[in-house]
Amino acid sequence: MSDIGQQIRAYIGSNFIVSDLAALADGDSLLGHGILDSTGFIELVGFLETTFHIQIADEEMIPENLDSLGNIAAYVTHKLSPAVSGNV
Amino acid sequence: MSNGVLAIDAAREVARIAQWLRTAVGGRLRRRGVIVAMSGGVDSSVCAALAVTALGKERVLGLLLPELESSASSESLGARVALQFGIPHVTENIGPALTAMGCYRWRDQAIREVMPQFDTGWKSKIAIVTAAGLGLSYFKLVVQSPDGEISEQRLPARQYLQIVAATNYKQRLRKSIEYFHADRLSYAVIGTPNRLEYDQGFFVKGGDGLADLKPIAHLYKTQVYALARHLALPDEVCNALPTTDTYTLSQGQDEFYFGLPYDKMDLALWSHNHSVPVADLAMQLSLSVEAATRVYRDIESKRLSTAYLHSGALMVEPVTQVVKLE
Repeated sequence: MSDIGQQIRAYIGSNFIVSDLAALADGDSLLGHGILDSTGFIELVGFLETTFHIQIADEEMIPENLDSLGNIAAYVTHKLSPAVSGNV
Repeated sequence: MSNGVLAIDAAREVARIAQWLRTAVGGRLRRRGVIVAMSGGVDSSVCAALAVTALGKERVLGLLLPELESSASSESLGARVALQFGIPHVTENIGPALTAMGCYRWRDQAIREVMPQFDTGWKSKIAIVTAAGLGLSYFKLVVQSPDGEISEQRLPARQYLQIVAATNYKQRLRKSIEYFHADRLSYAVIGTPNRLEYDQGFFVKGGDGLADLKPIAHLYKTQVYALARHLALPDEVCNALPTTDTYTLSQGQDEFYFGLPYDKMDLALWSHNHSVPVADLAMQLSLSVEAATRVYRDIESKRLSTAYLHSGALMVEPVTQVVKLE
């Protein structure tokens, strides 16, 4: 898994009570597995914005971006890409 | 499926609930009457009227519990319903106690962390937002300056939780006063959630969620309005849209919690409970199938995320000798 993915996994493991973090697959739904609720998502958004210095727009708060470790890592990677972040 | 699925024989339902109340209060709870906190809203007004029907007005005590920010019409409407049914009532202004507990101070501190311009004379509320109709829900803070200018901003988790925790003081303090009067009179406390609120966890644990009896928790909000009309409650009660009356800016329950107006939420919940295909719900509510799917998902998600509100304290093992009234 990428470094970004590892950071996100570590954050989930340290901020939410996950009985078996290692068993959580990258594609597992965080909502479906009861790991995050709506407040948890807001916390996650705050973490991502602070840690990766990105701005998450309201319309980007969709499951396709934020509901699994794999999706989050891909979304953050995309946000950090030079074309999107403007750091060309 | 149509709006008709929520039609109810109001006279029969009132008689059924009244009979249940008599048995529950006198026979099972062994109390001598009931306490009803009367907000002037349709749920508590119907509960008060049902209690009078069941037990007689002399066995009901109404409580009017205004605070610094509750609507003046709440108190006057609550008093009007009490007078209409001859219910003895007590008014306790809980504002000073809430101030002493830090309710307003903790809330305003969190608001200022997000909106530093927020000051005395400003109003606020929290609204739920679902991005693009299909996204994850989040909350935004809406403030209004004294000259009427509205600003809003997405709430970070910590401030959101602190604002909600602070305002929950209101429901919990009210419940404490309800139980004071219940204890001194040997009465039971009536909880006033309707089915939408009860099923979807729209209550404060240890606050409005705490009660000895919940006589309308099985009724959809539409049906509660039907009972209100049957019981001849004032037009203002029968026609009022549900609000939280918790924040200083006017706030409908739909924008704070449910995401849809109550009549549509009623139909959605009924449909979900009766396994109605999502396409049928979409047609009935004039929504896209995607949006209706999300409504169903939201119902399930709220049930899961509020399960702990319904739960009593978990224990390592049961103490089976304890007698419980089920």
